[in-house]
Amino acid sequence: MSALLEISGLTAHYGDFQALFGVDLALEAGQTVAIIGANGAGKTTLMRAITGIAKVTAGSILLNGAEMSRRAAPDILTAGIAMVPEGRKLFPSLTVEENLRIGAHARQGNGFWTLERLYTLFPILRERRDHPGTALSGGQQQMVAIGRALMSNPTVLLCDELSLGLAPVVIREIYAAFPTIRESGTSIIVVEQDIGQALKVADHVHCMMEGRVTLSGRPADLSREAIHDAYFGVNHA
Amino acid sequence: MIWLDTLIQGILLGGLYALFAAGLSLVFGIMRLVNLAHGDLIVLGAYLILGLGTATGLHPFLAAALALPLMFALGWALQSALLNRVLGDDILPPLLVTFGLSVVIQNALLMGFSADSRKLPIGPIEAQSLPLGPVTVGAMPLITFGSAIVVILGLNWLFYHTALGRAFRATSDDPVTAQLMGIRPRRIFAVATGIAMVVATIAALYLGARANFDPAIGPARLLYAFEAVIIGGLGSLWGTLAGGLVIGVAQAMGAAINPEWQILAGHLAFVAVLLVRPRGLFPRAND
Ligand SMILES: Nc1ncnc2c1ncn2[C@@H]1O[C@H](COP(=O)(O)OP(=O)(O)OP(=O)(O)O)[C@@H](O)[C@H]1O
Ligand SMILES: [Mg+2]
Repeated sequence: MSALLEISGLTAHYGDFQALFGVDLALEAGQTVAIIGANGAGKTTLMRAITGIAKVTAGSILLNGAEMSRRAAPDILTAGIAMVPEGRKLFPSLTVEENLRIGAHARQGNGFWTLERLYTLFPILRERRDHPGTALSGGQQQMVAIGRALMSNPTVLLCDELSLGLAPVVIREIYAAFPTIRESGTSIIVVEQDIGQALKVADHVHCMMEGRVTLSGRPADLSREAIHDAYFGVNHA
Repeated sequence: MIWLDTLIQGILLGGLYALFAAGLSLVFGIMRLVNLAHGDLIVLGAYLILGLGTATGLHPFLAAALALPLMFALGWALQSALLNRVLGDDILPPLLVTFGLSVVIQNALLMGFSADSRKLPIGPIEAQSLPLGPVTVGAMPLITFGSAIVVILGLNWLFYHTALGRAFRATSDDPVTAQLMGIRPRRIFAVATGIAMVVATIAALYLGARANFDPAIGPARLLYAFEAVIIGGLGSLWGTLAGGLVIGVAQAMGAAINPEWQILAGHLAFVAVLLVRPRGLFPRAND
C-alpha cells in the first residue's frame, strides 16, 4: 500500500546554496507526522517545497500518486495540501473572518470545514471576527492561521512551528484542536522545535539536520539519546 | 459670491481629476506599480470613444459603454503580456516599460489621428446648467462629479465587500502567502488593470466631453492624477478623491486670480500638502 503523501529524494536550493539533500518521507492517511530539528535544519524549506513556494530541484512529491513537485503553489493547494506557514502570515488588511474566508478562495464544492465549525473549534475567533487579524494575540493568530488553512478542506495539513513564541497553556489549547482536525479526514505534518510536544502528538517522528533526515521512527521506539544525537549531531553528545 | 462659485467649480473639476487618478490609485494599491502610461491610456480611451461614436453613429455616452469592455480587455492583456513580466523587487523596470508604453501610445495616436485636437460631440447637454443654491453649475461638471463619487463608492465596495476585493487586498499584503490560498497573483493583477482601464474610460469620456484633446495631452493628465494619489495617501481611494478635489479647487482659485496661474496653483497645492503631511492626507497604516 502506498502512502497518502510520498516524498522521495527531494532536494531544494536557494541560488547556489543547497538546503535539502534527498529527503525521503511518507505520510499515511489518518496519521500525524512530526518533523523536529535545530534552527536551519531545513524544516521550513521542506514545507515550502511541498507547497510549491520553494522550487524543488530534484526528487518527487506524490499525493495519492499524483506528482506535485513541478506544480505551482495554487495548484498544489487545489490538489489538497494546505499550510499554516511559519510566523502565521495573516493578511494585515483582512479581518479575522476575511482571513478565514480567503482560505476557501479556490475551494470547489462543500466539505467538512465551514466558518461555523471553525468558530465552534475556536470560539474566541467568533468574538473577534471583525478585528484585524493581526490585532490578535499570538495564540489567537495561530488559530486563525490554522482555520484559514482548514477552510480549503485539505487532505494534508502542514503546520510549521505552531508553538513558536507561545505560552505552554496556549500551545496545549491549540494542539487540543488536532483530534477534531484528524476526524475531519485531514492528515497532518507538524514541524516542531518543542520535542516533547512533537513526540506527544505524532504517530511518526523524523529528525532533520543540515538538510537531511537523520532519524525516523515511532515515538515509543526512539530513545532520548538517539533523538539528542540526531538533533545536535553525534559529536555534540 | 464669486469665491463660492469658484470653490464649487473647483470641487466639480476635482471630480474629473479623481477619475483620472482612481485607476492609478487602484493599481498602485494592489501591485505597487506606477503606470506612467496611465494618462496616455485615458487619451487612448477618448479616441476609442470618438472612433466608436463615428463608426456607429452612437452618442458618446453610448459609445463609451461600448468602449468599457474593450478597454477592460486591453488592460487585462497589457498586464498579462507585458507588465506582469517586469513586476518584481526592482521598481525601475516597470517605470521604464510604462514610460516606453507612453511614448508608443502617443506616437500611435499621432499616426492614426494626427495632431489635430478633437472633442467628443455630446450635443446640447454641454450648454445646460442648473441653479444650485446661490450659484449656477453646468450639467456636465455635475455629472462628472457624480460619476467620480459613484466610481469611488463602487471601487470601495469591490475592495471591501467582495471575494475579488478580498483577494486584491490579500495579494497586496503578501503575494507569496496569497498563493498558499490558491490565489494566482498574476491573474489578480490582470483583472485589477482591466478594472483600472474601465475607470480610465469613464475619465476619458468626461475628458473628451469637457475640452479639446490631442495625442500629446496624456502626460499632463498623468501628473494631475499622480498628484491626487499622493495627496490622498498612497492606496486610499477616498484619499484619491480628496486629492482630486484639492487640486481642482486650487486650480480654480488660481485661475480666478489670474488665468495663467491655474496649473501652477494646482502644483503649489500639491507641494503645500506634502510639506504639511508628507505621507498624504489618508496614509495606509501598514505601508
Ligand atoms: N530565502 C533564503 N535564502 C537563502 N537561504 C535560505 C533562505 N531561507 C532559508 N535559507 C537557509 O536554508 C537553510 C534551511 O533553512 P530553513 O528555514 O528551512 O530551516 P528551519 O529548519 O526551518 O529552521 P528554523 O527552526 O530556524 O525555522 C538554512 O541554512 C537557512 O539559512
Ligand atoms: Mg523554520
